[in-house]
Amino acid sequence: MNAVECVECGASVGVAEDVMRGEILVCQDCGVELEVLELSPLTVDLAPMEMEDWGE
Amino acid sequence: MRVGILCSRLRVEEKLLFEAFESLGVTAEQWDDRSLPLRIGGDAPSVDVMLARSISALSGLAAALVLEAAGVRVVNGYGTASTCADKLRTSVALAAADVPQPVTEIALSREAALDAIERIGYPAILKPTFGSWGRLLARVNDRDAAEAILEHKEALGGANHQVFYVQQHVAKPGRDIRAFVVGTETIAAIYRHADHWITNTTRGGRASNCPVTPEIADLCARAARAVSGGAGGVLAVDLLEDPARGLLVVEVNHSMEFRNSITTTGVNIPQCIASYVLHNTREMVG
Repeated sequence: MNAVECVECGASVGVAEDVMRGEILVCQDCGVELEVLELSPLTVDLAPMEMEDWGE
Repeated sequence: MRVGILCSRLRVEEKLLFEAFESLGVTAEQWDDRSLPLRIGGDAPSVDVMLARSISALSGLAAALVLEAAGVRVVNGYGTASTCADKLRTSVALAAADVPQPVTEIALSREAALDAIERIGYPAILKPTFGSWGRLLARVNDRDAAEAILEHKEALGGANHQVFYVQQHVAKPGRDIRAFVVGTETIAAIYRHADHWITNTTRGGRASNCPVTPEIADLCARAARAVSGGAGGVLAVDLLEDPARGLLVVEVNHSMEFRNSITTTGVNIPQCIASYVLHNTREMVG
């Protein structure tokens, strides 16, 4: 399993081999949601907050 | 065949859809709605079909409109999606097709909304015409609550909240029904159980299998046709069991979530969706 550094707290966050762009990872240390922006190199940033028009 | 999946934030559902297309021999392309080139009248992504799965309803609608204008087949198409995204348009479409639904009124001022609530009777439900996941729904139990909620909506709500959508509260038996429609066929359904009057699984509702009866299948087909100009689509129809009137359609969703319903129903919902998209597109593009 790959890992990436949490941009909020610096903890190591595990990343599955089949991760895709746009997928959300949760930092187990600080609980923040991280969005996978790029696969190569593996890049994450804080995921956008829920918006009023999100949903089904 | 080139298949695109339009999305941004990737939910479990989108991952399952990518896997489903792969299992059918098609590698679906991931198109992020945040970086899609959408020049009006310009070139479109060279895909035969785009499955619209944006988590943002507004982004999904804008993309569907421009993609369709550029000649891309979109599932669900803009007409269907824009009807489903707007509860008022959904209600009007259902009424035009004589699909039973809870008594619903629209009011365009606080005073008219209060009158509408009083006519419908307490408790009544206030909903934003545009919204999902049970956000900002209110059960209004008495006149005091009605006056307070309406004042707050008028003062604090955006323009969207100035159209007051007032609906009869249905005394459902601690559950509602979420039916999954592909084309016009109801492929599966779940009960959503909750002690709370809001039963969305995103709000803690528990899912169990609901047998698809002929009545459910017929009602859902009629609802799907009503919001889609007759063609149906990939839709989730929410039903309430009214003790007096029987099944009522309360909502039709155009970007359905189904992660909790595959094991529950035993139906491979993403595979059904992928098969439908491929089959229909092959029929259209030859």
